[in-house]
Amino acid sequence: MTEGTDIRTETQKGLREIVLRYQKDPAYILSMLQDIQEIWNYLPKDWLIELSKEIDVPLTRIYRIATFFKALSLEPRGKHICTICVGTTCHVRGAPKLIDKVERDYGIKAGETTKDGNLTFETVGCVGACALGPLVVLDGKYHGHMTTETLGKLLKKTIQKSTE
Amino acid sequence: MQELQTKILNLENYRNEVLKRWENFKHTIYLCAGTGCRAAGSIEVSEAIRNAIAEKGLEGEILLKTTGCQGFCERGPLCVERPSGTFYQMLKPEHAKGILEAIKSGSVVEDFLYVHPVTGKKIIKEEEIDFYSNQKRIVFNLNGKIDPFSIDDYIAYGGYSALQKALKMEPEAIIEEVKKSGLRGRGGGGFSTGRKWEVCRKAPSDDGIRYIVCNADEGDPGAFMDRSVMEGNPHRVLEGMIIGAWAIGANLGYVFIRHEYPLALQTLIKALDDARKYGFLGQNILGSGFSFDVKINRGGGAFVCGEEMGLIASLEGQVGEPRAKFIYPAEKGLWGKPTCINNVETWANIPLIIENGSDWFSSIGTKGSKGTKIFSLVGKVNNTGLVEVAMGITLRDLIFKIGGGILKGKEFKAVQTGGPSGGAIPAKLLDSPVDFDVLTSIGSMMGSGGMIVMDEETCMVDVARYFTTFLVDESCGKCSSCREGLKQMSWILKDICDGKGKAQDIEKLQKLGKMVRTASLCALGGTAPNPVFSTLKYFAEEYEEHINEKVCRALVCKSLINYSIDENKCTACRLCEKDCPSGAISGGKNVIHKIDPQKCIKCNVCFDVCKYGAVVVSSGKYSRRCEHTKTNLKPIKERIS
Repeated sequence: MTEGTDIRTETQKGLREIVLRYQKDPAYILSMLQDIQEIWNYLPKDWLIELSKEIDVPLTRIYRIATFFKALSLEPRGKHICTICVGTTCHVRGAPKLIDKVERDYGIKAGETTKDGNLTFETVGCVGACALGPLVVLDGKYHGHMTTETLGKLLKKTIQKSTE
Repeated sequence: MQELQTKILNLENYRNEVLKRWENFKHTIYLCAGTGCRAAGSIEVSEAIRNAIAEKGLEGEILLKTTGCQGFCERGPLCVERPSGTFYQMLKPEHAKGILEAIKSGSVVEDFLYVHPVTGKKIIKEEEIDFYSNQKRIVFNLNGKIDPFSIDDYIAYGGYSALQKALKMEPEAIIEEVKKSGLRGRGGGGFSTGRKWEVCRKAPSDDGIRYIVCNADEGDPGAFMDRSVMEGNPHRVLEGMIIGAWAIGANLGYVFIRHEYPLALQTLIKALDDARKYGFLGQNILGSGFSFDVKINRGGGAFVCGEEMGLIASLEGQVGEPRAKFIYPAEKGLWGKPTCINNVETWANIPLIIENGSDWFSSIGTKGSKGTKIFSLVGKVNNTGLVEVAMGITLRDLIFKIGGGILKGKEFKAVQTGGPSGGAIPAKLLDSPVDFDVLTSIGSMMGSGGMIVMDEETCMVDVARYFTTFLVDESCGKCSSCREGLKQMSWILKDICDGKGKAQDIEKLQKLGKMVRTASLCALGGTAPNPVFSTLKYFAEEYEEHINEKVCRALVCKSLINYSIDENKCTACRLCEKDCPSGAISGGKNVIHKIDPQKCIKCNVCFDVCKYGAVVVSSGKYSRRCEHTKTNLKPIKERIS
């Protein structure tokens, strides 16, 4: 964004593109929110306010949906996103130990982001790659058969690389 | 486009045209590129093979096809070469050239063959591997043969001929055929599909609008059948939907798909585009005068939206809260119109029934459960993957013949079917057949097809706690019985796992469970106590041990276990000492390491890093030692003396 551009109009422009994809049909509100999140990694407040005006749906309802669905986040997320699968297979194969490891090493709980904004830690019900459990998805890439040892190394390396 | 659509009207001719394109290839490599194999690196392997084919100038001779999930995820990335049928597993990009040379010279590369876990024999052909040979693949049969992004591939194997046939039939005749086939809903409920269609067709609609929906919101943790069907053969699902729409009289359909399935979404979008181009979707389908189209909606990561009413609310742009089913959605569903919701696998069965007839379909399976069922066989089993079996196979055959038994030769404890709504089935009931009614009668259910195998290292109280906590998170919060009742149950279970269980807890769990089951509106709440009920029924002694003796025999519940180091085994390698996050391990060079139980946080790191079998975890009379994989160092005790 160049200096001096009115952020409000940029927001409006980006948003209009999204709502037109769904003919402004409020039935597609979830898809619209997902599209916004795809751009920003979370749901920025001013976009939601604008969305409410664009499709004529009260902001409270948008807020209700945004907080109901797990896939949506109202908080900015980190540079790296580490998602630990907690599906049944991963659970019986040791996912809880991996969760402990991340919580301990980075001081964040599931759904939180480190203060330096480097890492967001999330859990997911099941990604359906059970043969590889326990499984961790780091920035969209699947890492199978993880142990506390390999996960610790993987996270350290990834974060180090990006901060160098 | 017009020209193409005219050509498609003579489907048989077009099919031969496609087949002709492949005539000149002597060999085809079918490489699995489903989510599981992708995670294991199959995209890199496919690039390597493609490059190697180009390098060796074999473009006209060897064809590489990247297919959807072939099912044997444990062994990915994997491929099958045809016509020989040679099965290669656990491939890496550097293996590409060797494979091509072998194909060219008519030999096999022994190193990449599947080795039988018991006999140790190398097996060359896919159809000779137990995992495949004991299955009955009808829905899944094309997954290893077609490129899911190519509609021509599907047509080449007979795709869309069922649609052509159906459009010449009266809608009522189709419904009759589906009813006669005995097909029951594959999403978990097991309701007769034909009857549901009939209700939906006959339900009054003032403007004649009806909808059909494909439920692809597969939220059951540990289940990925629907994902693989969509990833591997999206057109079969679509063809089923179009036939269903014609039978029911719907002109618009929705696919409600889970957002955690990006690849399935891609294949589906491409399938819809192609089907429109070819004239299978849109106005005047195949010249029949019938019009139908499909829209895709992505889910938002809420388990409850897999419930019919939650799904409808979601489609309408509301939060996914179910409502009471006094009137079924087949009569009054989406926007108040008759709506027929079927699961992915149910839709995928339809073209097969129309093509081969209901007699063929009902000849497979048991009296009350016809056809096949796809299961995702996961957990502590050797051959993790997707299996399609004829109804009526015993759980024992499924887990031991197809699944190859329990990981690392451990002992089988239980199998959970039906996910969080189902129950754990113990060893004594392993000879029960896979059948809707039998599974329900033993306290579990067919469910959508998750089958999680548990061994002696799985704590059943922890499993009950896991499912209950999962459901606490996923409960939409509308009914207080589900919202509050489950929460109470999960707290009690947590206390039991934490060693704070009290004698009256089991009775309390029973009471609460009955209340949740009776007083909740939807299927989520109605079945939520099942994991607790079934584990209480079959594994009561584990609960009692937890409560009375404060012992966890599976060595899972943290508060009930202790870690120690076996001084006769410790090599003083300092690995555990360095990695211990709480500084609980003391030792040093040439000094036997010791764990301070006061400082130990039971994080299992020492157990993971020790390669000399020295770390022992114990609870009461039960104990387990870490793996002994390295022999380069002798125990320090022996070295010093």
